[in-house]
Amino acid sequence: MSATGIGAAVRRKEDHRFITGQGRYTDDVNRPGQAQAYFLRSPHAHAKIKSIDTKAAAAMPGVLGIFTGADLAADKIGGLICGWMIHNKDGSPMRAGAHPALAQGRVRYVGDHVAVVVAETLAQAKDAAEAIVVDYQELSAVVETAKAAGAKTVIHDEAPDNTVFNWHLGDKDATDKAFKAAKHVTKLDLVNNRLVPNAMEPRAAVGDYDAGEGIFTLYTTSQNPHVARLVLSAFIGIAPENKLRVIAPDVGGGFGSKIFIYAEETVCVWAAKKVGRPVKWTADRTEAFLSDAHGRDHVTHAELATDADGKILALKVHTTANLGAYLSTFSSSVPTYLYAPLLSGQYDIPAIYCEVDAVYTNTAPVDAYRGAGRPEATFVVERLIEVTARQLGKDPAKFRLQNYIRKFPHQTPVIMAYDTGNYAASLKKALEIIDYKGIGKRKRDSARAGKLRGIGFSSYIEACGIAPSAAVGSLGAGVGLWESAEVRVNPIGTVEVLTGSHSHGQGHETTFAQLVSDRLGIPIDNVSIIHGDTDKVQMGMGTYGSRSGAVGMSAIYKAIDKVIAKGKKVAAYVLEADEADIDFADGNFTVKGTDRKLDFGSCALQAYVAHKFNGQELEPGLKEGAFYDPTNFTFPAGVHICELEIDPQTGVTKIDRWAAVDDFGVVINPMIVEGQVHGGIAQGVGQALLEGARYNSDGQLVTASFMDYTMPRADDLPSFDVGMTVTPCPSNPLGIKGCGEAGAIASPPAVINAITDALGHEDIAMPATPQAVWRAAQKSISRLAAE
Amino acid sequence: MTTVSLTVNGKAVSANIDPRTLLVQFLRENLRLTGTHVGCDTSQCGACLVHIDGKAVKACTTLAVSVDGAAITTIEGLAQDGKLHPMQEAFREHHGLQCGFCTPGMIMSAVDMVNRRGHELDEKTIREDLDGNICRCTGYHNIVKAIAAGAEAMGKAGVTTRQAAE
Repeated sequence: MSATGIGAAVRRKEDHRFITGQGRYTDDVNRPGQAQAYFLRSPHAHAKIKSIDTKAAAAMPGVLGIFTGADLAADKIGGLICGWMIHNKDGSPMRAGAHPALAQGRVRYVGDHVAVVVAETLAQAKDAAEAIVVDYQELSAVVETAKAAGAKTVIHDEAPDNTVFNWHLGDKDATDKAFKAAKHVTKLDLVNNRLVPNAMEPRAAVGDYDAGEGIFTLYTTSQNPHVARLVLSAFIGIAPENKLRVIAPDVGGGFGSKIFIYAEETVCVWAAKKVGRPVKWTADRTEAFLSDAHGRDHVTHAELATDADGKILALKVHTTANLGAYLSTFSSSVPTYLYAPLLSGQYDIPAIYCEVDAVYTNTAPVDAYRGAGRPEATFVVERLIEVTARQLGKDPAKFRLQNYIRKFPHQTPVIMAYDTGNYAASLKKALEIIDYKGIGKRKRDSARAGKLRGIGFSSYIEACGIAPSAAVGSLGAGVGLWESAEVRVNPIGTVEVLTGSHSHGQGHETTFAQLVSDRLGIPIDNVSIIHGDTDKVQMGMGTYGSRSGAVGMSAIYKAIDKVIAKGKKVAAYVLEADEADIDFADGNFTVKGTDRKLDFGSCALQAYVAHKFNGQELEPGLKEGAFYDPTNFTFPAGVHICELEIDPQTGVTKIDRWAAVDDFGVVINPMIVEGQVHGGIAQGVGQALLEGARYNSDGQLVTASFMDYTMPRADDLPSFDVGMTVTPCPSNPLGIKGCGEAGAIASPPAVINAITDALGHEDIAMPATPQAVWRAAQKSISRLAAE
Repeated sequence: MTTVSLTVNGKAVSANIDPRTLLVQFLRENLRLTGTHVGCDTSQCGACLVHIDGKAVKACTTLAVSVDGAAITTIEGLAQDGKLHPMQEAFREHHGLQCGFCTPGMIMSAVDMVNRRGHELDEKTIREDLDGNICRCTGYHNIVKAIAAGAEAMGKAGVTTRQAAE
């Protein structure tokens, strides 16, 4: 392994600009003549708009334009779309209501977009927005996930019972039969709490219109600028693709929330032409809470059947998923194909049946958030496994070992064909790291100090890459989920790689360059990674689903293969040898059995000067592109163990130690991969202990700032012990499985399993805040007293 | 409009501003020093943290006119003569950042922590003192390591924080 090649902990190339304050985020972009947009949002969860009077506001100082849904409709600007079609059990398509970028006659959640004011300054835009008179007729609101279906209030006429779809997966008859034969059935009711992604950079957009060329440019906080361009062009109708450039510069975290195409960027780019000025909008934090797509929000009943020996026979799940007031871009895929196919976990479960009812409510749209469906599935499976082990009187580690899948490939009853894995190896390593043998003594020590100590396991699996395209297409995806790359070699041998992946914290500028440096044998500083601009990168699908390594880097790998193949042809001419006799290794083209060689940089120069070959026989230049479509999903898996201590007097939970052992396949940069694991665990711990988006019964979001919504801070978390096992992924050339979501998927059940172990009962929901834990601990104490 | 005069990263600046202009707006919009970020507008996340007369202050809830005459240091003013401050180096070396958005505030907060608490910082102290800065990417693990290492490096290099920062 070279110091900068695959497997090396190379320090990040992108860091210099970030640590010196030179990063360039969307809000840092300022265009000449730029105006500011401010969105007037609905204060009501559900209301008819009888009228909007903008006359007084339009006369306020600095106002350049005020627009409503009627203006968008007049310009034939289409509504926002949901790009994944789900079919009901009876085969009929899901019932999707219209989703205008600015409200047309009705608002459906607090924060819904009523009008936009464009003014010289933000203060002027805000002042003018206050002068807009909207006559609302309030309607009753539907807020609770479990009560939405069939509620009297109908949110969209298209979905008369507030149900978007009733969907199912698996074999109901086989599952029912297995349950009848079971000796033990574990039943659990679970709520997967609603979360707000809260990337530290709020969403922002700058729309610009070049009247001379007729070209729109949109700078936006996007994880996938090409998908944004596709949707804005083909569905919303801003402009044809060749007249619309989308740039996602440095993006300050996404976690899913910046995949989607929102109202604000749509309106900003459209309004730039209307007012003839660039238009900027940046969310403040409360706007982000109100209008970013939220995550999770499932209500689930699940049952697990085992035989007399504890062998799992079947799993049955019913979930109600809240999709909010409108269908966000990929919302329908999250509680369906990103959820139920993961319900087999790491276990050999012969029969599984899952039903999902997706509902509309008068709350912000819900869509993919780090893990997207897979954390929800893992929470169901790992809570059931832990509780079943307890009810059967089995050690939770041994119960898992007993039921792990051991032969690969393994076809689950819910679509997925797992390719590789060694779940027992991860468990063994995690047990060593956490010192499982010593847990009894540590529990006694805690008890002596008046504390309750618990240990909780989570054996998670995820499906990453979200491809092959043909597979996701057959499941309802509106797009193909391949990735593209172009490797441009310059005449002196430096390289630019254009990728359709997008980095918003993942360190692609480093890891992708490591791959190129490794394969072409050139210094890493000679490699630049270019992403996030539709004028530079021809097409790409962006970054989510832990797909940039497995899919994005595989595309680069394929393009490099082509560069090397072309280089061999050039070298054959220069070295006057047969092409079949040319080898390439360590940055040199050599002729087999001779000492003749041509280094990569000289080969590039020869390719461009084209003096040594006939341009009719071999094209000059050295630039190759590739599209890569995987042959399967990838299946990262691992074991996380959380050990914690509860103070029953205060309800405060202190995580004492954390062991994480993950199998991500081949790792390009262990430093970056471990960082991804740390961050994922922190988000999962946040879900388990601290975070919860709460609407009151009127549909007001009462957790709409960092003062009301508890973000994990440094003193809420421990340091983490991270280990790895490796089974290379067979479905891509690099053997990568993906690592971005693992921590967030694994950690919530590990925490709750540890808390319930400490408490001695299962009666606690997420977030297990000090108040909730204190109440639950009092129940433990009174039970102990009764015994 | 009101006139405000400040020293920012060692340079005297003076401007005529709307009295309601926040310090972070003044830095970002008037001076185009966009390294100082706005993450929450309520003093919770610390992305906007700068040093005012050597002390850490959140610029998103500070009126520019209220610091008239003060010396401000932002992330852009931390490196001296093209040489990174030891705390900046430590964040890179220990992978203390991912998306980079909270990073300027984190680094300015860390330097202030060393100012107040010295060069030997244990994990507990760092975690408790970092309560005013939120990061969504790193889980804080590597930020804590970076701050401990940066504090030590500042001691070894004989960089007093005020020399480096002001």
